[in-house]
Amino acid sequence: MLNMPVTTKMTYHQTAARRRWLPSGLGAWIIYVPLTISALIMIVPFIWMVSTSLTTDQYVLSATPALIPQPATLNSYVQLFQLMNIGGMFINSLFVTTLTTLGQVLTSAMAAYAFARMQWRGRNVVFVLYLVTLMVPSQVTIVPLFILMRLLGWVNTYQALILPGLFSAFGTFLLRQSFSGIPRELEEAAFLDGASHFTVFRRVVLPLSGPGLATLTVFSFMGSWNAYLWPLFVARQDSMLTLPVGLARLQGQHLTQWNLVMAGAVISIIPIVIVYLFAQKSFVRGIALTGSKG
Amino acid sequence: MVGQHGWRQYRWVIFFLAPGLIGLLLFTLGPILASLGLTMFQWDLITPPVFVGLNNFRELFANSDFWVALQHTLYFVVGYVPLVMLLALVVALMLNQRVRGLALYRTIFFIPVVSSWVVISLLGKWIFNPRFGLVNFGLHLLGIQGPAWLFSAQWAMPAIILTSVWKDVGFVMVMFLAGLQTIPAEYREASQLDGANRYHHFRFITLPLLSPTTFFALIISMVASFQVFDQFWIMSEAGNKDATTVIVQQIVQNAFSYGRMGTAAALSWVLFAFIFLMTLVQLRLQRVWVNYA
Repeated sequence: MLNMPVTTKMTYHQTAARRRWLPSGLGAWIIYVPLTISALIMIVPFIWMVSTSLTTDQYVLSATPALIPQPATLNSYVQLFQLMNIGGMFINSLFVTTLTTLGQVLTSAMAAYAFARMQWRGRNVVFVLYLVTLMVPSQVTIVPLFILMRLLGWVNTYQALILPGLFSAFGTFLLRQSFSGIPRELEEAAFLDGASHFTVFRRVVLPLSGPGLATLTVFSFMGSWNAYLWPLFVARQDSMLTLPVGLARLQGQHLTQWNLVMAGAVISIIPIVIVYLFAQKSFVRGIALTGSKG
Repeated sequence: MVGQHGWRQYRWVIFFLAPGLIGLLLFTLGPILASLGLTMFQWDLITPPVFVGLNNFRELFANSDFWVALQHTLYFVVGYVPLVMLLALVVALMLNQRVRGLALYRTIFFIPVVSSWVVISLLGKWIFNPRFGLVNFGLHLLGIQGPAWLFSAQWAMPAIILTSVWKDVGFVMVMFLAGLQTIPAEYREASQLDGANRYHHFRFITLPLLSPTTFFALIISMVASFQVFDQFWIMSEAGNKDATTVIVQQIVQNAFSYGRMGTAAALSWVLFAFIFLMTLVQLRLQRVWVNYA
């Protein structure tokens, strides 16, 4: 779109071809140079993270940071596993994240079905309740929730880590939106064949809502895998730590061993990056949806 | 509304709605109400709660720690929101030019978005390390003596703001990119025919058509920036905590360290009130600048 001559007689194909790539020459440089520089700024800290995790302590504190460690070693990872039960934390995180994600998608999908595909008295009132909870920040509920967990004797248990996350007003909204778009004729045909609501839910609505379900799944996975504040409140015993809380403990108290911290960061970041690479579209779609709905 | 199915239909409504609704009542709506009640009590979870009326709020507003935390939070909002939105818009405009390798660029900008705040904060701490960090190394190459960043009362907040912008710019950028892609390319041709240059096109076509997205990005990033916690909790250096304490940090400290559940709850409602007010103000202001075609 840059440096385009004003042409009135442009055929469709010319327009399409012109739009595909930037023109070469000066116009392209104006875009590619700043874009590449900003991309480098974004990515260099991560490269440095990996390279620091591959150094030994003595190389970390050198005045000239090296992006390629000489010599590269896995020592930090070995040390990290000896220092803290990082394997256990990884398993805790994975367990909590998996259950939370599955539960959140299931409860949200069911509630969304009731809101989007069923007619019943009081539907709007209940929906307003959902709206209200979306507006109140989680910091408001966190103190009473913590007290509730204490009263139930659930501090330092998996229940405390998982149960409050099994329900999501946001997820219900997202899926209600996605379920509402399915044409009525499909389920009417199913009902005529004697199908129950459950069958319609499972065989018609869910299969037709792949993108919405995928979006909620990745968002819920990301939120749960990265959660810090709630686990910090309720999981403080060593055996119950999740990766973010354990990782944050690695620094601060005494002289931070940055090579170990970075090794831990690499371990905690790998699963989420893999999920992202496989589900890029769902991530992008989810954010675009949030942006356009208002 | 129930139709001829009557009770059978209701059974199904209950079946689908119950799991989510019970969870919502127990773990969100219930705690919201409990939190409101809690603001009127003094309770350390050990001795029985004492009713104090509005005293928690009175003490809060009389306490200079609260005002300092509020100032820090506002400093963060004012520094972070414009910066993240401007940078995200610039990157989105560049990526919208049909560049080669769009997916690669987007992935690079997205890695901080999918990373946890803990990882990002730890990286930020390491990068802004005054002696061994990348930032001061880079400044040194340019012949500039870098500040002490997180160890300095003056520079700690900028370091945290920059780290937060680094994490979130990809998120806001994707929102802008989605908004930009809804603007038909034909508009560019039309405005060119009318003799508009690129600046005119951006100023009078792109920006107004993008304004609903801009508005939503503004609301989301503002609401989120009032609620910041993780990066402050992790990045604050031991000797320099007072330079950056924000409201949510005070909530956590009151609940955890001081055993003042009522104060913590009161703080959370003050935070909510602020977010609510700011959102209302933005909703009013949007009539002036947001263009819903």
